[in-house]
Amino acid sequence: MAEPIIRTQDLTIMFGGHTAVDHVNLDIMPNKFVSIIGPNGAGKTTFFNLLSGQFFPTSGRILFKGHDVTDIPAHLRTRLGMGRNFQISNIFPDLTVLENVRLAVQARSGIHYQILRHHRKYSRFSDQAMALLESVKLSGKAAQPSRFLAHGEKRKLEIAIILALEPEVLLLDEPTAGMAVEEVPAILELLARLKTDKRTILLVEHKIDMVMSLSDTLVVLANGRLLAQGNPRQIMENEQVQAAYLGGIAP
Amino acid sequence: MPDVSLPTRMHKIRGLLSLPRSSRTVPILLLLILVAVPLITPSRSMLNLLTEIFIMGIFAMSYDILLGYTGIVSFGHALFFGTGAYMTGLIFARTGPKLGYLFLAIGGGILLVTVMALIIGYLSLRLKDVYYAMITLAFAELFFIIAEKWRSVTNGADGFSFNVPAVLQDRVVYYYVSLVLLALIVVFLRRFIESPTGKVLQAIRENEKRAEFLGYDVLKFKLISNVIAGVVASFAGVAWALQQRFVSTGVMTVDKTIDALLMTTIGGTGTLYGALLGSGITGMAKNWLSELAKVHPIFERWYIIFGLLYIGIVLFFPGGILGTLMRIRSTKNKPSVTISAGD
Repeated sequence: MAEPIIRTQDLTIMFGGHTAVDHVNLDIMPNKFVSIIGPNGAGKTTFFNLLSGQFFPTSGRILFKGHDVTDIPAHLRTRLGMGRNFQISNIFPDLTVLENVRLAVQARSGIHYQILRHHRKYSRFSDQAMALLESVKLSGKAAQPSRFLAHGEKRKLEIAIILALEPEVLLLDEPTAGMAVEEVPAILELLARLKTDKRTILLVEHKIDMVMSLSDTLVVLANGRLLAQGNPRQIMENEQVQAAYLGGIAP
Repeated sequence: MPDVSLPTRMHKIRGLLSLPRSSRTVPILLLLILVAVPLITPSRSMLNLLTEIFIMGIFAMSYDILLGYTGIVSFGHALFFGTGAYMTGLIFARTGPKLGYLFLAIGGGILLVTVMALIIGYLSLRLKDVYYAMITLAFAELFFIIAEKWRSVTNGADGFSFNVPAVLQDRVVYYYVSLVLLALIVVFLRRFIESPTGKVLQAIRENEKRAEFLGYDVLKFKLISNVIAGVVASFAGVAWALQQRFVSTGVMTVDKTIDALLMTTIGGTGTLYGALLGSGITGMAKNWLSELAKVHPIFERWYIIFGLLYIGIVLFFPGGILGTLMRIRSTKNKPSVTISAGD
């Protein structure tokens, strides 16, 4: 069996007396679409923040591609191959849509400390950014400041930004959060397209029906603990999960 | 088919990124006018005023790198200005008015300011927003008190005067020297803000967390911004000392930083030229209002009137004068932009 790309060992974080993530041991296998589900307050986003380096755990370890990254800051985890979005759209509002993606391409290329050359000299960055915008169907708005985008478009822009980082692991935190119903199918279609590529996708989602068909594996968190994991059918049939999360929804 | 569409696409991208062509004509035209000023007017006070505006403009532009481009509010920026000024004053006061010592002052200033900017930045730039501003205030006060108390060297608030090389004493020559310095710094700073690193600074200003999660080491970028802003401010300090031929603790005060903050805000933050415009308006208004003092004594308190002007600008033109003008222009052009991007 292949090595897991992400492994957490007894991962725990406490805020004051509250244990938000409680001894989670989880292996994420490469090139799988894994969805983390659970009721509100289950610790999904906190778990994500631990993986991406926004929070540091109280105890436990995180291994990425076999290396211990527990104490590594966020920007270095990005460079190692993790790319994440945020539940609340996180873009550069006053910069143009194209510049948002171009900055990500530039980051990926490693051109960080170059103060005397004009950024337009690196035309391949802009070309690549434009191609990515085309892939999420935003190229028509490339010249607009990104704050003028509709909510759903901002989420798409964020996905383009993360794709520009060419991450091995995509960490997506509720990409459809706060989205109008009619905007959701476009994002789902985009997620389905991402899945066909060779990459690991880790998705946090509140709406379980949305991820059923997309996911290879479902991971259920409840009260900060790992409750169950398995393929979608196993999870649906799991009585513990039904009791804790699905409640009255499942028969 | 592909060999047709690819170049068109690339052309389109270039078009989207490039600024309107007129963005270069205005500064060049202005530069030509400024070059001609000494040929038109022999007025010493006019040349002095313009020289002062150039120098304060350099200082304000350096502040805009922090405030407008990186999004950090510092109350300690005069520290770097003061270091350049003191370096110049002390070297000339203790040696002689030889041109060679000027390069010592500039070189020493760059070195000292870089070290200071790195140390202070490293200690304070981890903090966010208000906390960072407070730390810079503390550093500003600390260095001000040192300058005040170390009377054997600085002579405190009374200051000391010194001679500068004869060639720089000529007002017309010094006018051109400071104009050339200003032009060089405009070119350098424009280059810097359009560089890959400069673009990352703007990303940090917009959204620090997102920049970090793109893989950028935010602290390092802020340090670069701090060092470049600091070194440019020290140039302004050197130029200032050469013009005044006098240095006192006034160059280190928080007021000096506030001056730069006001100039940048009035002109428009994050525009670079706005800082220059702000320096021009402040300098002219100060001069004009103190002349009006002969008409009515209320104008002696020109700072009050200036304060009202400032409040008015912040309330009605939150983007500053240049920022507001640019916004008006971009809304006017907006339909054409959308069409060209959409097809």
